[in-house]
Amino acid sequence: MNCTDFLAKLTDYFDGHIDPSLLAEVKEHLGSCHHCEVVVDTTRKTIDVYRGNQTYELPEELSNRLRAAVMERCKMSGKMPNVEVRPAKSVKA
Amino acid sequence: MKIMAAQTPFIAGMPLPSGEEHISTESVEIHPDVALVERAKAGDTAAFEQLIRQYERQIFRTANHITQNREDAEDITQDVFFKAFQKLDQFQGNSKFSTWLVRIAVNESLMRLRKRKTSKTVSMDQDVETDEGSIPRDFAEWRPNPEQNYSQSELAEILRKTIAGLPPGFRTVFTLRDIESLSTEETAEALGLSVPAVKSRLLRARLQLRERLSRYFRQNKEVSK
Repeated sequence: MNCTDFLAKLTDYFDGHIDPSLLAEVKEHLGSCHHCEVVVDTTRKTIDVYRGNQTYELPEELSNRLRAAVMERCKMSGKMPNVEVRPAKSVKA
Repeated sequence: MKIMAAQTPFIAGMPLPSGEEHISTESVEIHPDVALVERAKAGDTAAFEQLIRQYERQIFRTANHITQNREDAEDITQDVFFKAFQKLDQFQGNSKFSTWLVRIAVNESLMRLRKRKTSKTVSMDQDVETDEGSIPRDFAEWRPNPEQNYSQSELAEILRKTIAGLPPGFRTVFTLRDIESLSTEETAEALGLSVPAVKSRLLRARLQLRERLSRYFRQNKEVSK
């Protein structure tokens, strides 16, 4: 296995979906190729650092405001069969 | 309740939309979201509000990552849930409700980018052709726990800058798969892509981000570019 073959398997390797027969070859390549070893380590770290640091959080106040706005739009759309007004079933002029 | 992919028209302990009683001989366990969706379809506003509560953060983050704009992400979050409400009848439970929402969010976000760049088309296919980032160029090792060398706000800025530099298609795949932890199959479903296409873009996205972060995290403090 060369570096190009290894790179082609990198996603499956990270996701643990690599064919067992290929896993030995992948590990052998990693043991002998420092560059690929660095790529694996630093790519794994890249994923970890993004996962561990949520860049875009939704503050509680904004969340409440957004939710209220959505519910209002739903009610205004007339499509929301509001439970409270359900008895007004046969309102016809 | 256990999480199951099985579809079922019956939700234990809950009246059907028609209001008919239904007695099942086999108690089928379903994803709790399906029960909430059925209740929302039947007019239970609290159930729909509960669905918003569960997923508003994920939808907001996804929209923010794709558009890189907070105001757009706020608008998109509203639009996604409103559209989901309007199309609730179309949700058949073949996929997770969250994946269905994410798909709406991705479409809305890409549409927003398209509007922003009126002369350019922004779609999931826009950046497929580029080979940039497919081949690693930087082989420097990183410092141990490199993120600890930065304050929380500095690190957040570095992460924002690096992910913002990715083409939208790659950024979207990385966001769903690696930040929001959707499976490869769910990511493919949410983006309308094949599994091999998701894997290919994910590899490129990961490698490009790695190269960009390497400028900040590598052992030797020289800036590479």
